[in-house]
Amino acid sequence: MSLTTSDVQKIARLARLAMNPTEIEAARTQLSGIFELIAEMQAVDTNGIAPMSHAQDLSQQLRPDVVTESNQREAFQAIAPQVENGLYLVPQVLE
Amino acid sequence: MLNLSLQQQGDALRAKKISSVELTQLYLDRIATHNPVLNAYVTVEAHKSLAQARSADAMLANGTAQALTGIPIAQKDIFCAQGWRTTCGSKMLDNFISPYDAHVITQFNAAGAVNLGKTNMDEFAMGSSNETSYFGPVRNPWDIKAVPGGSSGGAASAVAARLCAAATGTDTGGSIRQPAALCGISGIKPTYGTVSRYGMIAFASSLDQAGPMGRNAEDLGLMLNVMTGHDPRDSTSLARDKEDYTRDLSKPLKGLRIGLPREFFAAGLSQDVAQCVQAAVTEYQKLGAVVVDISLPNAKLAVPVYYVLAPAEASSNLSRFDGVRYGYRAPDYTDLTDMYEKTRAQGFGEEVKRRIMIGTYVLSHGYYDAYYLQAQKIRRLIAQDFVEAFKQCDVIMGPTSPSTAFNLGEKGDDPVQMYLSDIYTIAVNLAGLPGMSIPCGTGANGLPVGLQIIGDYFKEAQMLNVAHQYQMATDWHQRVPATVGA
Repeated sequence: MSLTTSDVQKIARLARLAMNPTEIEAARTQLSGIFELIAEMQAVDTNGIAPMSHAQDLSQQLRPDVVTESNQREAFQAIAPQVENGLYLVPQVLE
Repeated sequence: MLNLSLQQQGDALRAKKISSVELTQLYLDRIATHNPVLNAYVTVEAHKSLAQARSADAMLANGTAQALTGIPIAQKDIFCAQGWRTTCGSKMLDNFISPYDAHVITQFNAAGAVNLGKTNMDEFAMGSSNETSYFGPVRNPWDIKAVPGGSSGGAASAVAARLCAAATGTDTGGSIRQPAALCGISGIKPTYGTVSRYGMIAFASSLDQAGPMGRNAEDLGLMLNVMTGHDPRDSTSLARDKEDYTRDLSKPLKGLRIGLPREFFAAGLSQDVAQCVQAAVTEYQKLGAVVVDISLPNAKLAVPVYYVLAPAEASSNLSRFDGVRYGYRAPDYTDLTDMYEKTRAQGFGEEVKRRIMIGTYVLSHGYYDAYYLQAQKIRRLIAQDFVEAFKQCDVIMGPTSPSTAFNLGEKGDDPVQMYLSDIYTIAVNLAGLPGMSIPCGTGANGLPVGLQIIGDYFKEAQMLNVAHQYQMATDWHQRVPATVGA
């Protein structure tokens, strides 16, 4: 399978990865090679096979809906790129 | 002291022949000597390790010591440890000081073990050579031109070079077993769900599993005793009774049925590796085991299936790295989207970006059924092959890796060539089975060869028994690389 430049640009945008035209072209070649490897599985007949998401067929474990964590805002915000008055700062989104 | 087993080191500590502070300092001195070349550790903080060693000495003095109290253990830099820089091999987390402990770290702390430092690894555990680390490649102590394998390459190099007593690793597609093989040490990935993933930085959550890396099977059993156990903070952690993984070590192997999958000995396997594995099987026959020819017909699909499922899960898991709450943020940006895109472009390395893009594509609109769903269905076929195989045998054996350690830079820019180095290990993760690697010889270039042992679900104690009996009869696991003489 061969990806187009616009395929790769779309993937990069969805993945929130800034890429220049040289990087897009390099990614296109390498991803095409990887998808050739992946293509081997397309020929397998999987009619009637149930998808397997986990090794042990478990049901989701539930716990009582009670608070288990203590407030550690200061510890967590001490490692944030930018905070002010206990809030995480990001570029303005709304005018 | 450096070549004693964990049991023997523990005995020496409890008999007051050496203190934990002295033992820890011994390893710290060796790290100072050899790490500049091997680059096995990303972070060493002697004062923290020595403080833990002093606490351990107090436990040893007051009689509350356990099996691993006072033993210096290297922690893969994927495990969050409170107050320690935890990088996962990435620029994205270069400045991340973890505010909490992973479950595995909590367990070792409770056992009184000493955290000797954080080991180097492929970035976000994505790699098979430790060359994708932001902190530079790790070198193989058997030949410093060669890679140690990956992603737990720092751990494997550190154990082989006696820069720790034992180490932790994680294995998503072979990341404990392949570096263990390439560095001539022992390592086991237990059944999926046996060790909590809480605080272990996520790569592909349905495959990621932590396990120990050490010099012999007995050490792995003692490590597993500490690492395993139910943890409600990981929803896939299994609620099972605690077990002693060393309980069956001394059982004789008479009548053990070893399955040899013919697909693991076909084209693609180096001649020298095949010979060593065959010699190990012959040794097992001398110990009373019988050999059964088995087939894993869908195993050849494991690599393509893995390179759909693992990147899909990774693209989702790594979406959290957005420059907002922790980790790297790009210095210059125009708006929020630009901040995300530049932060991620600058913070992630090439291989991580590649896998995020594969995952993003296979999960994108219109492709989900053709890739992700198809891969999950074949995953079941691969798992069913093992179920059938274990009706005929007790354990499965084969090579861990198709070749001995390759040289740094040798696999170049072709990611597919690198992906194929995990061809024998990946199916085990897809099935969720336990798998291990033990040293079983040296290849044509004098570098170690690993024997892979695959067990049925929850059969870790039996696998360790199988490995231990081989290690009682052979000495491959006792060999020390000449470059680091110990």
